[in-house]
Amino acid sequence: MNLLSQTDLELLSSKAVSLRRDILRMVYNAASGHPGGALSVIDILVLLYYKVMRVDPLNHADRERDRLVFSKGHACPALYAVLADRGFFPSAYLEQFRKIDSPLQGHPDMRKTPGVDFSTGSLGQGLSAANGMALAARLDGSPRRIYAVLGDGEIQEGQVWEAAMTSAHYRLDNLTAFLDYNGLQIDGWVREIKTLEPLAAKWRAFGWHVLECDGHDFSALLEAVYRARANRGAPTMIIARTIKGKGVPFMENRVEWHGTAPNREELARALAALE
Amino acid sequence: MQEQKATREAYGQALLELGRRRNDVVVLDADLSKSTRTSLFAAEFPLRFFNLGIAEADMMGTAAGLAASGYIPFASTFGVFATGRAYDQIRNSIAYPRLNVKIVATHTGVTVGEDGASHQALEDIALMRVLPNMTVVVPADAHQTAQAVAAVAAYDGPVYLRLGRPKVPAVIPPEQPFHLGKGQLLRPGRDLTLVATGIMVGVALETAALLQAEGLEAAVLNIHTIKPLDGELLLEQAARTGAVVTAEEHSIYGGLGGAVAELLGENCPVPVLRVGVRDTFGQSGTPEELMQKYGLTAQDLLASARRAVERKGKA
Repeated sequence: MNLLSQTDLELLSSKAVSLRRDILRMVYNAASGHPGGALSVIDILVLLYYKVMRVDPLNHADRERDRLVFSKGHACPALYAVLADRGFFPSAYLEQFRKIDSPLQGHPDMRKTPGVDFSTGSLGQGLSAANGMALAARLDGSPRRIYAVLGDGEIQEGQVWEAAMTSAHYRLDNLTAFLDYNGLQIDGWVREIKTLEPLAAKWRAFGWHVLECDGHDFSALLEAVYRARANRGAPTMIIARTIKGKGVPFMENRVEWHGTAPNREELARALAALE
Repeated sequence: MQEQKATREAYGQALLELGRRRNDVVVLDADLSKSTRTSLFAAEFPLRFFNLGIAEADMMGTAAGLAASGYIPFASTFGVFATGRAYDQIRNSIAYPRLNVKIVATHTGVTVGEDGASHQALEDIALMRVLPNMTVVVPADAHQTAQAVAAVAAYDGPVYLRLGRPKVPAVIPPEQPFHLGKGQLLRPGRDLTLVATGIMVGVALETAALLQAEGLEAAVLNIHTIKPLDGELLLEQAARTGAVVTAEEHSIYGGLGGAVAELLGENCPVPVLRVGVRDTFGQSGTPEELMQKYGLTAQDLLASARRAVERKGKA
């Protein structure tokens, strides 16, 4: 099934390349930040903000908008790059990332950054908030949808599983979560630090509708989103297999790039790889 | 016999009234709804009540998501679990984004009683008070609890409302208005100021009567809002009387006594003696036994009041 036209696919792919370049420049400018996880999650965000979510940059507080809880807050350069490109705020803000008095904090702040639907940073808290938003949508009788993006290491936090039970108990089929399964966390490979496997079986056992796909394949991601939307009576978890540092060969699958900024020479090499 | 009613009971009823007036009020609980009395709201408004099970962290985050969507969530459990178990969730998902969540702890202090130390929050005011954006309210009796529920619902921002398990006497005249952040001068006096919160307000009034028999006129302040603290009233009374005794069913560290000592130390240094639990956990017992054991009776206040007066001018 090909849900995307060739034109769409080219548009999304070129967006993803240019936003990857923004991510690298932001982290370089800030001389700190988390490039690896931003590069692994950016394709998911590109799909959501250009093909899926109903949001209006000119009316970003609209109660009827779809919402995204970006639970793996440290990867926010990806979120900021997308929001700037979609017009939620001037792209000049990107240069202020992590600087004093900036609208773009080191982790997302819903009070400072237009388009950020929830403040995150302390891992494991986003899914509970997304549940609250999904319950609110139901109380409003609104068709709006709630999206959540979780990191893989993040789900070692116990609160995620408290929240997973809540989503299933309340049959929150207006909630779609993505797991950015790049396999790396700060201290190394997730499977070596504390394995998540059997991952899909865990979420299924918790009552979720679970889908798995390549997290860098827009058509596959979109198909999963449509299947999530069509599913009734349970929340959907899309386990997106991704590559940490994706798009920059010397960063790919390298844990060193979880939370390290490139120097000038590394930035140039990285940008050259993304032309 | 004076009318006795638990503040948690008043909360349950006030919440029900609030739910009838406002359909944007939602209530969350973590498997303690019969104890917290949110069961009253749940029975009438099942669609606006969410039981999160024994998962306080998840409850706080869910409440934050509801608040971010325009609802006014009241999230209830015991004080220990609300402020300790879910501290990071309150800090990062509620206080930092300044979300309109009302955290209501119905069982706090040693008067939780027989359940013992694991269930007796003696540090909850301190934990909540140090969070930016957080308002901390401790009503003195059942009627004031109803007033406080209405006031915090009308206020847009995170609130910690601290209530109690046992029945307590009515101590505030019902006609006395309630304003968040404004203390109440319940009794004027020139010799010292008793500053109390929660169930200790009644004890302070009792103490003032005992002091009067000794020829000392004690002013009694009810500081129902510990944050923001009514600095104007406290400074005025401290300056006028020259000695202060604080009283709370909480650790002497970080709560009302801490807040008052900080304020007066910087602005009006007079003797400040703190009555409260002295850096120890509680234990099982009846509320009355525990109030005695941990020095929370009128006799304890009386002793501190005498010492404070003796030290006047020598601070």
